Amino acid sequence: MKILNILLSSFRALQRNKMRSFLTMLGIIIGVAAVIAMLAIGQGAQFSVEQQISSLGTNVLIVFPGSQNTGGIRGGAGSNTTLTEDDCIAIQRECPAVALLSPGTRAGGQVIAGNLNWATQIEGTGSDYLEIRKWGIEYGDFYTDQDIKAASKVCVLGQTVASALFPDASPVGQTIRIRNVPCKVLGVLTKKGQNALGQDQDDIILAPWTTVKRRLTWFPYLRQILVSATSPSNIPVAQQQITELLRMRHRIAPYDPDDFTIRNQADLATAATATTQILTILLASIASVSLLVGGIGIMNIMLVSVTERTREIGIRMSVGARSRDILTQFLIEALVLSLMGGTTGIVLGVSGSSAISSLAKWPTIITFFSIILSFGFSIAIGIFFGFYPARKAAMLNPIDALRYE
Amino acid sequence: MTGAAPGGGAGTDRLLIKIDHIAKTYQLGEVEVHALRSVSVEVRSGEFVAIMGASGSGKSTFMNILGCLDKPSKGAYVLDGIDVSGLSRDELARIRNGKLGFVFQGFNLLSRTSAIENVELPLLYGTTSLKDREERAVRALNMVGLGERIHHYPNQLSGGQQQRVAIARALVNDPSIVLADEPTGNLDSRTSVEVMGIFQELNEKGITIILVTHEPDIAQFAKRHIVFRDGRIKSDRLNPSPRVAAEVLAELPTIDEEVES
Repeated sequence: MKILNILLSSFRALQRNKMRSFLTMLGIIIGVAAVIAMLAIGQGAQFSVEQQISSLGTNVLIVFPGSQNTGGIRGGAGSNTTLTEDDCIAIQRECPAVALLSPGTRAGGQVIAGNLNWATQIEGTGSDYLEIRKWGIEYGDFYTDQDIKAASKVCVLGQTVASALFPDASPVGQTIRIRNVPCKVLGVLTKKGQNALGQDQDDIILAPWTTVKRRLTWFPYLRQILVSATSPSNIPVAQQQITELLRMRHRIAPYDPDDFTIRNQADLATAATATTQILTILLASIASVSLLVGGIGIMNIMLVSVTERTREIGIRMSVGARSRDILTQFLIEALVLSLMGGTTGIVLGVSGSSAISSLAKWPTIITFFSIILSFGFSIAIGIFFGFYPARKAAMLNPIDALRYE
Repeated sequence: MTGAAPGGGAGTDRLLIKIDHIAKTYQLGEVEVHALRSVSVEVRSGEFVAIMGASGSGKSTFMNILGCLDKPSKGAYVLDGIDVSGLSRDELARIRNGKLGFVFQGFNLLSRTSAIENVELPLLYGTTSLKDREERAVRALNMVGLGERIHHYPNQLSGGQQQRVAIARALVNDPSIVLADEPTGNLDSRTSVEVMGIFQELNEKGITIILVTHEPDIAQFAKRHIVFRDGRIKSDRLNPSPRVAAEVLAELPTIDEEVES
């Protein structure tokens, strides 16, 4: 029996029981739509998490000086005095994977404004610091390259410091005294909140690193160099380029350890991505359970159909249908059910996902893969759950089938 | 048309069926049921045979074996030159498709399927092209006088008409033999005679017909009577003066045109 004939008679058979065919398909429709929508939601979540992480500045590398080793007594990380302004200039010039750079130094101390005072950290930075850290100015201005060159007595306040020192008025234009050095407040940073360890990131004052170095600490070396790679995927490249450059500049022999350390936040990004991937898989597996239930629905209906049409099977066999013809007929019927269900499910899943994104403002992403996956899944379900009933039909004895009441 | 053209080959005395000492035993639990014990029959082309017997006499089992729906436990069955007793399920299906046509007591039409589609059914399992298929189905329906109702559904047809669709379906593949199992069992007497008339017409065109019936009246339309009892052939003789359906019909009082079932 030709495939076309089988297809035609399958359609006819399904048409004869429109309501039943539709309800059977509904199981697959809902299953496929759920899988597609769940994958879309999961992947949307993954995408937005990735975006948030990269907005935290995950392409940031921090170069610290290594530990000092004097006569076998090793200092802690950052105790060495190896990083210099010249290193910064060299990195900026010779490492193509590096986008922006900000030299860093640090001072602690009591800050006084009028009759209020506050103990906080003073971070000496370059002018690109905010861009590297994806941070912004709430109001006022940030200092410029000119301020850095001149070691101007200016600063920018974190929100915590601003409200501690200027509870009522705007700090912009006011002068504060950091360790008795008067500095003009240029602006206030946007709120950054706590970091992963619960430290208040807004309890900080930013000042040109030259100012901190020359007027506050008189410490001639850098505490750190903040670097951003040209893209998150270029982090390892940038790291390698900086390592090679600094080893050369610091004249480190081939097998000697580095006198600096480079850290990045890629691990954090990987962990967060892994979490959302697990979320996606979880959602998809829950959805596939409904697809499985839909498949069992197909099997159920096909079994009923075989029993109900035993006589028809007998008639077909008596006029010359072979077991294979009967098997193919019922298998194709199951396949048509699952394929039509699958296609409708895809349409429903895609439109459902876009409805979710526009109504719930939740980002959804539909990939070609998820469509292929659910389509293939519905074919597999049609074959898998259609086979047993079809085989049952094909194995019927024609005489018994003809006599079946 | 394939093989011996039934129209032109009327009366050719070809050996169609040669059944040699076949037996059929069923195993019912621990009891062996002998449905058929050593039956031998020969049927030549153009014959019109009625197989009779009480229920349980083995005539249905015999008919199933004859129709290649069942295999004998012992003995040989040669149908139109092919030994079918050793064939597989699928090979038997092919024989049923090409050489045999079935007419059943309960009509056995596919419901919610038009007359022409029912008639086309055997052709779906052969190698006929779409255009050819329709042509042959229409011709078969014309042969049984239903050319006007090819798109009717079984539930829109009377019992007699349904049986005629079934006969058309049996004829559509130009079979060597038409096997009819109690074809008038569900019909009233007048329609029965009409259906027998169709069989007689077909037989005159050279189609071999084997009919199972328990009604002596119906058997009278056949040219040869084989009577079964206890799984054996009790008698096998020619009917010297078969009734002619057309004449019987003329004598019957005309009540209604058709009896709606």
